[in-house]
Amino acid sequence: MTFVNWLKRHLVVIAGLITLGYLLLPNVVVTVFSFNKPKGRFNYQWQQFSTDAWKDPCGVAGMCGSLSISLQIAFWATIGATVLGTMIAFALVRYRFRARGAVNSLIFLPMAMPEVVMAASLLTLFLNMGAQLGFWTILIAHIMFCLSFVVVAVKARVMSMDPRLEEAARDLYASPVQTFLRVTLPIAAPGIAAGALLSFALSFDDFIITNFNAGSTVTFPMFVWGSAQRGTPVQINVIGTTMFLVAVLLVLSSMVVGNRRTKQKA
Amino acid sequence: MSTLAEAPPVAPAPEKRPPRQRGRLVPYWLLLPGILWLIVFFALPMIYQASTSVQTGSLEEGYKVTWHFATYWDALSQYWPQFLRSVAYAAAATVLCLVLGYPLAYLIAFRAGRWRNLIMILVIAPFFTSFLIRTLAWKTILADGGPVVGALNTLHVLDVTNWLGWTSGDRVLATPLAVVCGLTYNFLPFMILPLYTSLERIDGRLHEAAGDLYARPWTVFRRVTFPLSMPGVVSGTLLTFIPAAGDYVNADLLGSTDTRMVGNVIQSQFLRILDYPTAAALSFILMAAILVMVTVYIRKSGTEDLV
Repeated sequence: MTFVNWLKRHLVVIAGLITLGYLLLPNVVVTVFSFNKPKGRFNYQWQQFSTDAWKDPCGVAGMCGSLSISLQIAFWATIGATVLGTMIAFALVRYRFRARGAVNSLIFLPMAMPEVVMAASLLTLFLNMGAQLGFWTILIAHIMFCLSFVVVAVKARVMSMDPRLEEAARDLYASPVQTFLRVTLPIAAPGIAAGALLSFALSFDDFIITNFNAGSTVTFPMFVWGSAQRGTPVQINVIGTTMFLVAVLLVLSSMVVGNRRTKQKA
Repeated sequence: MSTLAEAPPVAPAPEKRPPRQRGRLVPYWLLLPGILWLIVFFALPMIYQASTSVQTGSLEEGYKVTWHFATYWDALSQYWPQFLRSVAYAAAATVLCLVLGYPLAYLIAFRAGRWRNLIMILVIAPFFTSFLIRTLAWKTILADGGPVVGALNTLHVLDVTNWLGWTSGDRVLATPLAVVCGLTYNFLPFMILPLYTSLERIDGRLHEAAGDLYARPWTVFRRVTFPLSMPGVVSGTLLTFIPAAGDYVNADLLGSTDTRMVGNVIQSQFLRILDYPTAAALSFILMAAILVMVTVYIRKSGTEDLV
């Protein structure tokens, strides 16, 4: 009876942990199979333990090249989307202007549209203009769909900002530029950083829009897609595992730093 | 619906500021580059696509606008199974995401204590491994004769799913079940995060009050917690359903030719068969169908302030 009661009380915890397991299982598989030595071209069945792939991560033709293209595109898309999105967010929170509703829906719609629809329509535009598909068309597309997410992230932060801080700076004879650089920007920075981080992750991992607008340029997700047809090298799992570990370490270290800061203040 | 993905504000929003006199043009200069970008590379393509869908011609001779609306009819009559499949798979994945995601969001919001941040990281971190790699991992997990399929077989789950037509024989891979499983997995975080945001805002004292008034735990959930989490449920289902309905990656990697969704058709028409008018018409129908469904859903669920 006590077991049944215990089960009843912790049912939600058990169900939640099962879901967490479901979410993490593929990452476990990716990590385990990065130590595999597959027999055929595909790395779907466990054969034997080996660290070959970890010793030679770039041993597959084209993979590290595609990784570098993806990183470049993600870097420039993050900068583009963050600058443009932050400007829009400030305009939306700080100023009154005409056509606010239209601007809001233009920002919201890309987030609510299925990716395949955006991808296909952008391709029709590029085909109509006779644009050469490749690095630049991918970059244009990535800036387009990352922009809205930056606006949302920065807007949330700027909206919660106390406007009296800027007024105080102005009262103390700070020029508009000084006020912006010394007061506004530091306070808005966490929102901008969140938007930039999200942009980088979205751009780096984007497949559907890139698939339509890449031409013959191969980004890392495109490489993985192609290898699913031709044969999956173990090195893909090495990259996947590394990305996961780097992400977890970055978040953990930022949390430790954040904790220390709050402790120092206290 | 601009609140869909917004993080909770750090502090209450300040009072309305006085209108500025100086620099009336400043907001327009701030908006100009970004909005121009969205107009040229988001709105304009939609118009191009609409025009492409009513063109006729061939790749060699070029296309002309002939107001050939029959393309829409042909596309629908030829590809209605894929449309239906997309809606069915996306709906199934959304329901599964809600059922699986709610307990985890609840756990993080109310029961995790000092583990909260760690669990949160574990929910978000998989995002950073390319989703294609993670989807390919499901090929290993659901492999024929693997432990998962074996367990489902011993528990006679496969008999039920075979009877429902979700699986066939001793296989899970290359069946609708595998595709729905992949879709659920891929979009689960999009359900969990909005659910968590709205659950976390609930005042814990409301639970105590309901308990003091002799409500049983299940009643507290049904009458207090769930209704208060409705904004999260609505945005979570939208954030899951919309991308799932347009997805073609899961159907391609985990499915077979019998599980093709409308996204697969659009992709192959555009990139392989090069029948642009049909592809544009299909993509337009998908967009319209999703907009209609979303509008009806938001009206029905009574959270119009989301829009």
